[in-house]
Amino acid sequence: MDKKVIDARGLSCPQPVIETRRALDAAAGGRLEVLVDTVTSRENVLRYGRNAGWTGSFEQENDGFRVILEKGQ
Amino acid sequence: MNRLLMSKNGPAVTGLILGVTAAVLVKLGNPGNMGFCVACFTRDIAGALGLHRAGIVQYLRPEIPGFILGAFFSSVFYGEYRPRGGSSPMVRFGLGFFAMIGALVFLGCPWRAYLRLAGGDWNALAGIAGLIFGVSIGIFFLYRGFSLGAARHCPKWAGAVMPLISLSLLALLFFRPLFGAEGAGPIFFSQTGPGSQHAPIIASLAAGLLVGYLAQRSRFCTVGAIRDLIMIRDSHLFKGIVAFTAAAFITNMELGQFKAGFSGQPVAHTMQLWNFLGMALSGLAFTLAGGCPGRMLIMSGEGDNDAGIFFLGTLTAAAFAHNLSLASSGAGVGAYGIPATVLGLIFCLAVGVLFMNRLD
Repeated sequence: MDKKVIDARGLSCPQPVIETRRALDAAAGGRLEVLVDTVTSRENVLRYGRNAGWTGSFEQENDGFRVILEKGQ
Repeated sequence: MNRLLMSKNGPAVTGLILGVTAAVLVKLGNPGNMGFCVACFTRDIAGALGLHRAGIVQYLRPEIPGFILGAFFSSVFYGEYRPRGGSSPMVRFGLGFFAMIGALVFLGCPWRAYLRLAGGDWNALAGIAGLIFGVSIGIFFLYRGFSLGAARHCPKWAGAVMPLISLSLLALLFFRPLFGAEGAGPIFFSQTGPGSQHAPIIASLAAGLLVGYLAQRSRFCTVGAIRDLIMIRDSHLFKGIVAFTAAAFITNMELGQFKAGFSGQPVAHTMQLWNFLGMALSGLAFTLAGGCPGRMLIMSGEGDNDAGIFFLGTLTAAAFAHNLSLASSGAGVGAYGIPATVLGLIFCLAVGVLFMNRLD
């Protein structure tokens, strides 16, 4: 996986995390960007990614956040 | 404090404070093992508004508007107020409806299930087992792509309806207007029974606001706790309910409110199959909707219209539950509680199956 973007904006708990998990499980490394629209989803996705061994950061966007999870291939 | 609440220990800190507060509210007058109960309190509010006429469960519980307003002020202050909605609202109304039916068959929401356990009511064990079972069924659907669709942003004031409803409820509580037929109502207050047992208004309201703030910051959720532990082996929410139960247990012991046993427990019955299945129905409905009833109230205060619709479903069900003899009492399940529970399980399972693929 080089780079993948998941749009999880507006989804109820825990769907953003489930979608993140599905993408991370399918990748040995790379960069995953998850779009979310609440602080709760942002923190949940970041926590899951970091617990799974990925580095996590986020950027503020107009209508939410872009959570960036990265791991060396 | 905000950093602590936002940390992975936030739910545990929140649970600790909630547990102590709940036991103290019982000492101050709330019914036994009912320091907080979103289901019972919503039912009492439905009664106070005259939506049902069960005379012993009518009171405008200030804790509920307190939760919503506490979360509203907290979310505005921390920039997390986000009006949103449109994720299958009518389905969410139905999930709220049957979550409440299940809770009133068991006699408590998940919060009260833990509080009943902390007070020595062992019937709660059947309910908590049912809750875990219901959440597990919900997880089955979540793993298979269950989604009610994405919510969309709404105009700023769209999120203000639930806080305004909360203020209206408090106004009715404080002013107690009489403009119904024959000089009675439309607001009713129980003279006997659980509805007549309550802590002083100011104490209940202050506790509600505190809980609203704490739970908004920490995302305390009694259903997410079980769900996340099973699904992703994440225990930070689960520590919240452990702390909640332990703190309520210790405070109950200190205050002389702990009474172990199955029979004679306050607002509880001993029909374990229906304690189990009632909470299983609730657990499934809450999991499909995305959180426990307390969490729904908190999210409605943050501007989530779908959570607000869910709450209105619970309020409607509370009225029906008493008008149609669906709710349990200390004597056991209501006359039609069993078919209502089965109907609710069929509804929730159908929702789970029909929404297994994302809509968007």
